[in-house]
Amino acid sequence: MFAAILVNGLVLSGIYGMLALGFALTYGVARILNLAHTAFYMVAAYALFFFLGWTGFAGAALLGVLVVLLLALAAYGLLLEPLREHEATVLIVTIALALLLQEVVLLLFGGHFRSVPALLPGYVEVLGVRVAQQALLALGFAAAVLLAAWALLKGTRLGLGIRAAAQDQEAAELVGISLSRAGYWAVGLGALLAALAGLAVAPMATLEPHMWNPPLLVVLAAVVLGGLGSLPGALSGALVLAFAEVLVVNLVPGGAFLRTAVALFIMVLVLVARPEGLFGVGFAEER
Amino acid sequence: MTGPLRVWSLPWIFLYLRHEVLALPGRSVALLFVLFLLVLPLFTQDPYWLRVLTLTAIFALYAASWDLLSGYTGQVSLGHAFFFGLSGYVSAILGRELGLPPWLTVPLGASLAALAGVFVGLPSLRVRGPYLSLVTLAFPIIALGLIFVFPKITGGELGLSGLPRLGQSRLQEYYIVVFTFLLSTLFLWKLGGSRIGLFLHAIREGEVAVRMVGVNTVRYKLLAFGASAFFAGLAGGLHAHFLRVVGPDSLSVFNSIQPIVWSVFGGLATIYGPVAGTFLLFPLLEFLRVVEEVRMVAFAFLILLVMRFLPQGVVRGVLDRLEETCPRCKVRNAFTRRRCRACGVELRLPEKEVVA
Repeated sequence: MFAAILVNGLVLSGIYGMLALGFALTYGVARILNLAHTAFYMVAAYALFFFLGWTGFAGAALLGVLVVLLLALAAYGLLLEPLREHEATVLIVTIALALLLQEVVLLLFGGHFRSVPALLPGYVEVLGVRVAQQALLALGFAAAVLLAAWALLKGTRLGLGIRAAAQDQEAAELVGISLSRAGYWAVGLGALLAALAGLAVAPMATLEPHMWNPPLLVVLAAVVLGGLGSLPGALSGALVLAFAEVLVVNLVPGGAFLRTAVALFIMVLVLVARPEGLFGVGFAEER
Repeated sequence: MTGPLRVWSLPWIFLYLRHEVLALPGRSVALLFVLFLLVLPLFTQDPYWLRVLTLTAIFALYAASWDLLSGYTGQVSLGHAFFFGLSGYVSAILGRELGLPPWLTVPLGASLAALAGVFVGLPSLRVRGPYLSLVTLAFPIIALGLIFVFPKITGGELGLSGLPRLGQSRLQEYYIVVFTFLLSTLFLWKLGGSRIGLFLHAIREGEVAVRMVGVNTVRYKLLAFGASAFFAGLAGGLHAHFLRVVGPDSLSVFNSIQPIVWSVFGGLATIYGPVAGTFLLFPLLEFLRVVEEVRMVAFAFLILLVMRFLPQGVVRGVLDRLEETCPRCKVRNAFTRRRCRACGVELRLPEKEVVA
């Protein structure tokens, strides 16, 4: 039981971590509460499914990522950036965008469940638990992606600029960082992370046009739990909520119904105790 | 207006109509809209359209209640469905277990929703901005989880059906809903324009500043939560008894998002904006059933387009083109006028006099 919780929790943490990091980047730099974030993840999974009929796995994955990147950058340039002043309007636009993507996918692929064949079929024993090799692959993939993202953010000038813009927009502008370019980079990176999460999930989960709903809530909760704008916060929030979810599903009777509820309840408790989240930097009083 | 005129005498009403209502396109449209709602059943009693309009009125009240809390006070609620659904469930359970009639259970459910609103509002004393929005988002989902865990009381996935009807006939139900809707939105609108509404606006713009001048913002924030939740609950109770079923759908995230879409589409912090948004979008969504396949695609696409070009909402965007404010006395005028109707100042300077 313990081992199962550990392994499943880690796999889920990796997926949520990728999504939450992308979401936090988009919010931190471009100040967009992007409710279409997990819709990008859904689109990536479907794109993988679609292109697999044409090419091999690597080619299909590449094309899927490209589709999502184009979509996200087009949406940002055409719709979101001109509206940045109107916060509520941006929120609605991202909702409408998510709805649009969902419905287009529904039109193209229909509502029935689809699945992508696993890249590595079969099971291995880890700590006495039978784990799909695909899950381990996803875990490794998530770890690699997160490490790469971390290296980019911590080790390059570009990453420095992005982190600066996330921390304090005015100060960043004063030292010569172009907020609009940082915005495009952040949205692009966010969409890329969402797409990679979609690719990692696709071979393990069933695809359906509504699959973006449940992770969206958890990702929102994780990002807020860690503190909006804080990137390590987003990752640790994802870790906490992923393990909470796995614990509830495994230990509480009727837990499957309560998984999201418990995740959000934890978020409420943390926020009441620490209103800026775990790693927040009190930027509610933005100048 | 010379000579003593008794306010509310018949001549006064005519003068008021002519000079204060018909002189402005926005108010004329509002008057026409109310008249349309009231006399529509004289012309058509098509059950389909009556049903659509009844539902629209219910949802317009729901959207207006969201606007009081989020548009005016700035406490953006992403979990308004909690109040809507809670009231519906309470009203349904009271009606089934105790056999009480809807005219008693709906206000009871709404009152309980108001209490819940104050409870949900408590974190707002500590948590702010997007954090608060996410806290409110949690409540309907926690409630949803509980509903699935206790299916005996709540009906689980299927919900509770066979609730008592609101009225004897479709027509009676229509009028009950329309009158509740009109009176409630009138109240909300007056509240928004009152001294309390001023404080709510001020809390949104800068809470610290409001506290500094000695306003008890805690009280006003909780009041906004309670009042907003009450009217959302009223809408939820009416919705449950009108459809005669209350299910987990009423607590879904989608149902929390709906009033936000309508309100932002219409225009925030106006009360009439959300009403207009609902009355434009909800029937449109019904109308789009003629192209069932691409219905939601067209709907989402339309919202994207409109919001891109009228980011302040449809009502503000259109009214700013139809009316303009007099530069001297700040009275609003129809765009056709050349002189202000109150102080006579010229609204636009002739082109040639503008010297560059």
